[in-house]
Amino acid sequence: MATANLPPLESELETDPIGDPQRSGLHRFWRRFSRHKLALIGLGILVFLLLVAIFAPLLTPYSPTAPNLTQVLLPPSAAHPLGTDELGRDVLARLMYGGRISFLVGFLSMIIATSIGVVYGATSGYLGGIWDRLMMRFVDLVMSFPAIFLLLIVLNLTGSNASVGLMILYLGLFGWTGLSRIVRSQVLSLKTNEYVEAARAQGASTRRILFKHVLPGAMAPVWVSAAFGVAGAMLAEASLDFLGFGLQPQIPSWGNMLDSAESYIVTHPLLILAPGLIITIAVVAINFVGDALRDALDPRSTAGMQRIG
Amino acid sequence: MAKYALQRVFEAIPLLFLVTLVTYFIMNLTPGGPLAVYLHNPHVTQSQIAVLAKQLGLDQPWYVRYFKWLWSLLHGNWGYSYFSGQPVIQLIGQRLPNTLILMGAAFLVSLTLGIPLGIYSATHQYSIFDYSFSFGSFFAWAMPSFFFGLLLQMIFAVKLGWLPVSGMYSAFYPPSFLELIRHLILPTTVLGLGSLAGWSRFMRSGLLEVVRQDYIRTAKAKGLKERTVILKHALKNAVLPIVTIIGMDLPAFFGGAVITEEIFSWPGMGRLFLASLNDRDYPIQMAALLISAALLVLGNLLADLAYGFLDPRIQYN
Repeated sequence: MATANLPPLESELETDPIGDPQRSGLHRFWRRFSRHKLALIGLGILVFLLLVAIFAPLLTPYSPTAPNLTQVLLPPSAAHPLGTDELGRDVLARLMYGGRISFLVGFLSMIIATSIGVVYGATSGYLGGIWDRLMMRFVDLVMSFPAIFLLLIVLNLTGSNASVGLMILYLGLFGWTGLSRIVRSQVLSLKTNEYVEAARAQGASTRRILFKHVLPGAMAPVWVSAAFGVAGAMLAEASLDFLGFGLQPQIPSWGNMLDSAESYIVTHPLLILAPGLIITIAVVAINFVGDALRDALDPRSTAGMQRIG
Repeated sequence: MAKYALQRVFEAIPLLFLVTLVTYFIMNLTPGGPLAVYLHNPHVTQSQIAVLAKQLGLDQPWYVRYFKWLWSLLHGNWGYSYFSGQPVIQLIGQRLPNTLILMGAAFLVSLTLGIPLGIYSATHQYSIFDYSFSFGSFFAWAMPSFFFGLLLQMIFAVKLGWLPVSGMYSAFYPPSFLELIRHLILPTTVLGLGSLAGWSRFMRSGLLEVVRQDYIRTAKAKGLKERTVILKHALKNAVLPIVTIIGMDLPAFFGGAVITEEIFSWPGMGRLFLASLNDRDYPIQMAALLISAALLVLGNLLADLAYGFLDPRIQYN
């Protein structure tokens, strides 16, 4: 994925006063998080979009895939609030179901990327020495692949018609390197702590030390990177759809909607505006949440959403 | 410094070798391969396909073909397109300059607009401009570039008719510099928007960080003008981290060009690459991949060297 990312919207580097010890960590987190007003709005939008996507079958009577050739390219009306597309399918229904695809791809590929990144980075940092050097050289190698070119080559293997599962897998396998470096450096510094040594002296196993004692302290950047990972994967999926190398054309994803609407740019601009604005709004909302997570958990980090293309 | 640069280039060679090897392997997993188009063509017999495969060397295992490809590459031969039979180097010669024009224009615009915007935003922190700029850059960063491109086409080419929808030169006017500029405006805006947003935000946060430091307070206490303090004292340090970002963004421009060229039918490397995917034209795919991987290495190297040039504390030994 592209290297640059966006620095904090408003980095609040000052730390909290010591605060009420009665209050839980979660409470303190929420207080810091909710200082970011845009993130609260973003979270609201995100929850709304997720609920609409989940309950799409209850909210719209139309099918997102079944063509209806008597109702082609209709303007917005009471029956079709956003009109219909070139195969007579209700645009609003397709947007609702499209959210399922986009969020599914975004969240699941983030989970894959985050799991690999955390386990790989933690192992590398904890083992240290020659293993650490070898494992990090491998990360260098993966990072020297130009992401969009290799992704397109890999997607081309399936004849430019990926299933949702494959898309999730590919995006997940491409997104873990940056996080693994961050986790590694966290673990490198955390493992020298005395409490880790104490655990080892008590005979705790390596795995137990790593997962119970070291990793919990290294999780702050993981949450931040996970949030931005969802947004980046959603954007990447839409871009690949648009290039014609993404999901099968019959899958109602936001990217596919835009791809097929390109031919109607002059006559039916709404077909482009509707999915384009929804993608933008969803990605901005997640970015705001990620921004606030960073302010609350890991203010010094410069993590951000990775963009391909 | 020259020695350091040379050493880095040598370090990059095994990396590029592995990148091309792995990609070649993955590419050859494609079912059917380049001749798949003929398999269901009744006019092409099995023996003809076999002859073609032999001519193109496709009857050999992938690793043999890889090392043949590598060997001729080291002798300056990038191979021949499976599809058109043209030498790949000739195709690159036609397409790469167009992509470089687009990349160069986008780079220039991002730099000349992004850096001053970031400085202005930082020196007017909490102003209305600063807030709307921050908000806007978030949208610019999150908007899919193809959607932004379609929007621009819709507004400036279709509705207003000010600028051409696509292409590099017009079919109605003779090719001229002015025509090129007119065709460049929309794709440049699309390709440059992301880095414009990123770089200006980095400039802003970098400057705000530097301005808090003691030596800036000293400069102000001496009675220097605000302008002098910012431009002469603060900027030099604030620019340091951005140099790295700019260098590392170099390959991102090349990757972004794939999408931008597709939207605006710009006759560059990106579209050549997309077409070569459909044709299973391995030599072209390898060329595009090699160029972008080399740009990645080059970008990182340039960033490191520029950093050392600007920050005298860094020594290359």
